Amino acid sequence: MREFIEGSYAVARAVKLCKPGVISAYPITPQTHIVERLADFVANKEINCQFVNVESEHSAASVVLGACATGVRVFTATSSQGLIYMSEVLFNIAGMRLPIVMVNANRALSAPINIWNDQQDAISLRDSGWIQVYAENNQDALDYTIQAYRIAENHKVMLPVMVNMDGFILTHGMETVDMPEQNLVDKFLPAYNAPYKLDVENPMSFGLLGDPSIYLEARYAVQKTLEDLVTLIPAVGRDFNSVFGRKGIDLVEGYRLEDAKVAIVAMGSVCGTIKDYIDQEREKGKQIGLLKVITYRPFPKEEIAKALENASKVLVLDKAISLGNEGPLFTEVKSVFSAKSPKVSGFVAGLGGRDITLETIKEMVNISKKEQPRCKFLNLKQELLKEEFYV
Amino acid sequence: MFAPLLGKPGSSKNNKTGSWRSFLKPKYLQKNCIACGLCKLICPESCIEGKEKNTFRADLAYCKGCGLCSQICPKKDIEMIKEQE
Repeated sequence: MREFIEGSYAVARAVKLCKPGVISAYPITPQTHIVERLADFVANKEINCQFVNVESEHSAASVVLGACATGVRVFTATSSQGLIYMSEVLFNIAGMRLPIVMVNANRALSAPINIWNDQQDAISLRDSGWIQVYAENNQDALDYTIQAYRIAENHKVMLPVMVNMDGFILTHGMETVDMPEQNLVDKFLPAYNAPYKLDVENPMSFGLLGDPSIYLEARYAVQKTLEDLVTLIPAVGRDFNSVFGRKGIDLVEGYRLEDAKVAIVAMGSVCGTIKDYIDQEREKGKQIGLLKVITYRPFPKEEIAKALENASKVLVLDKAISLGNEGPLFTEVKSVFSAKSPKVSGFVAGLGGRDITLETIKEMVNISKKEQPRCKFLNLKQELLKEEFYV
Repeated sequence: MFAPLLGKPGSSKNNKTGSWRSFLKPKYLQKNCIACGLCKLICPESCIEGKEKNTFRADLAYCKGCGLCSQICPKKDIEMIKEQE
């Protein structure tokens, strides 16, 4: 059913449709309306869910971590300072392979203190192992939230998803959205079936010490899973389309890009503004288009390279800055093209204290003679890596 | 893709941490023992076995050589000796 609704309330309704068992969050502008509305749903017994009030975002993230480890679907939401206050726990959630879904209302970081929108908060957590998606409008934010659970809870994935929506622009913006019916959401998103959980009948420990003998493989497993998601995410999007009849999630989206000489690359709500600009310029006969990056992690390298193949100019618009260098999206879009340069190869070694020996360096040099990898892990123990979860 | 992440209870025994012991190890003389069990109670590693008099022994696969058992023994029946002895 189509409804004229505020972005935050649209997301709260999406979460309600996903039937989480535990919600924990701490209020922070501009995210507050999401959890405020969810607290209403719980208080009014509209959903069968525990709402855990906490004293901070660090605790909110810890509560959903613990609850998710017991095999329950969970939700949290935050923004800006709250997100970076959670950061310690967020790295743990990804490392422990817990399929938590969080909505982050993108907002600037202090100082100077600022409650308005940019994307520095989420970008600063790009290396945490979370899947990051960016919504252009309220329909995206609603739809991505539902699809996020499907992606995260896939037994081959088991990674958390951060659904990013621009603070105020989307969270407080009123738009018409197509609100899905409960029976269709139930069809698309079955109840969470945890492949591993805290259970007194079958005790096991989570978050154990991973010494230098296994840590590198744990990190590689997250990296490989994220890389594999470039096929799984569009598949979930196609499934969504078949159930709900509108476009599902994808890695990137091109807008009037086919014959574009100038391509703009951006993420989030600003893509709507850019589309309007492109329409104006197209009226004048200018060949200009947009590439919207939806999944920032995993970063869809090949899809971006393919989409920008024919553009003679690529303009990257960042709503964040890696201070001391440049816009992070700019850095990464450039890296897509550097794959064609024979100069640079990328290697990863020594994570978690794995020794980097003379042999390791020798191996790196030898590999570089035969191939030109972007992200080759050295000293990896293949025998520790499995497709399915194991104890 | 997954690497080993979770542990079954009791699996810490798989790690033979006795190799961390650097200098002294306990020697249970098993002569004047009165089976008071204080050595077993005080051991931070819970690596001492025994029930009857003169049957107590430390599992050197886990013992760190802290010497607490030797200190608390009322009969001076546990000596700390050099690792190589």
